[in-house]
Amino acid sequence: MRLVNIKPRKGVRILIGAIPIIALVVLYTVLSAARAEANPNDKVLPTFVAMMRAAVRLFTETDPRTGEVTAWADTTASLWRLGMGVGIATLSTLLLGIALGVVPLIRSALGPLVTMIAVIPPIAVLPILFIALGLGEASKVALIAVGIAPFMVRDLAGHVAGLPAEQFIKAQTLGASTWQLTLRVALPQALPRLIESLRLSMGPAWVFLISAEAIASDVGLGYRIFLVRRYLSMDIILPYVAWISLLAILTDWTLQWISRRAFPWAHGTGH
Amino acid sequence: MAADILTFRDVWVEYGDKVVLEAVNLGIRQGEFVSVVGPSGAGKSTFLRLILGQEGPTRGQVMLDGTPLTPECSPDRGVVFQRYSVFPHLTALRNVMFGLECAASPLLGRLFAGSRKGAARDAAAQMLGAVGLTHNLETYPAQMSGGMQQRLALAQALIKRPRVLLLDEPFGALDPGIRLDMHELVGQLWRDHGLTVVMVTHDINEAFKLGTRVLTFDKRRHDPHAPHRYGATAVYDVTLDRKAGAAAETTT
Repeated sequence: MRLVNIKPRKGVRILIGAIPIIALVVLYTVLSAARAEANPNDKVLPTFVAMMRAAVRLFTETDPRTGEVTAWADTTASLWRLGMGVGIATLSTLLLGIALGVVPLIRSALGPLVTMIAVIPPIAVLPILFIALGLGEASKVALIAVGIAPFMVRDLAGHVAGLPAEQFIKAQTLGASTWQLTLRVALPQALPRLIESLRLSMGPAWVFLISAEAIASDVGLGYRIFLVRRYLSMDIILPYVAWISLLAILTDWTLQWISRRAFPWAHGTGH
Repeated sequence: MAADILTFRDVWVEYGDKVVLEAVNLGIRQGEFVSVVGPSGAGKSTFLRLILGQEGPTRGQVMLDGTPLTPECSPDRGVVFQRYSVFPHLTALRNVMFGLECAASPLLGRLFAGSRKGAARDAAAQMLGAVGLTHNLETYPAQMSGGMQQRLALAQALIKRPRVLLLDEPFGALDPGIRLDMHELVGQLWRDHGLTVVMVTHDINEAFKLGTRVLTFDKRRHDPHAPHRYGATAVYDVTLDRKAGAAAETTT
């Protein structure tokens, strides 16, 4: 039988999917145990026990200097920045992307500008944002928004412009004005796509958030990781990375759930 | 018969130096079922788009009830395309209500609760009943077969009571059996609602079966060195007089 035709059953699929993950965990346990045996103060490969201890401390103990639990303060600060940045990007994408997609005049007027902005590497404009908006929250939020919005705008505009022309003609023969057409034909069909491109943009959004926090901040998940890097505190960095990954997965699931719930028609026929 | 509802007066359509339609002169009377046939690239669809208002003539005039058409679609001309005629994000009922809601609510294009919504709902449900979709009011198009989607598209167009109903190869993508059912439905709707229909089709049998008049578009002249320099026009215009059981053939 050809390799491409071998399709594992569900149980087998889960099993062979788990193998690499378990292998990695075992490998790490063995390596970290070996290093801990050679040097109990080893920092590079902390044991799971050491990481758990550090994580519990960060998530439960109040920092006497700030009066807050470190990990929660970092998480709140980071999620607020991420939420604001992503929210602004999503809202502007919704307005601009649909306008570009529906109205040829606007596409002619603003399309080249959006394309031009999209090719600028966002991190390269971070200094400009720091100079213009200061080192506070605004510049971090702006970096996230500026970083992901151009891709999302182009994606949504392309999607809306690519909706079958027949739909727009049909809507007009049913008496729809430009506004009604936008509101009732373009907007509802743009929303699931917007969520889809938002899901894809969450990765870059985290990158921009952590970059901005690493450079200038006094609280936040990215700030903490880059702060403790100076002391080689892998026992803090690794749990933080795991925590960020967990937050990212939860965000992704939530967005997917919202999309399936709100737009059943966009997710195949089985609704 | 009644006066011409649609008039083509010396209509030419050119794209650059490519002539698609040339010197089209004809009138379509109220209540006619006009089938348009002809080889690919003979301007059938262009002819339909002219009536629809999706494009305008390069020269000449297309008139609806004596008024020249602007190159823009409007509710007095309904259309059903081969595909993509219905909105995938709306249930069958909401697809049909769309036209009523646009007229009733300029700002939101949508009716929320109240007696007006109830009336629109009832009218839409009745129209869906007329096309045989009584039991699919809350179904999304993706859950429907091709034939059901075309039934829905018909109901959606007819709710606006268009002066002219345009069909652009409406049954082209359907199975033969389904196509026969659709012929029956369209014929019945045409009689019941007193429609004026212009249908573009590739299927000659369908054209003669449904139409009361068959227009054949083709090029009258042909230059082998510059095939694009001559456009097509209605080379045959056949009125089928069913009652007499004879076809009177006239060449324009």
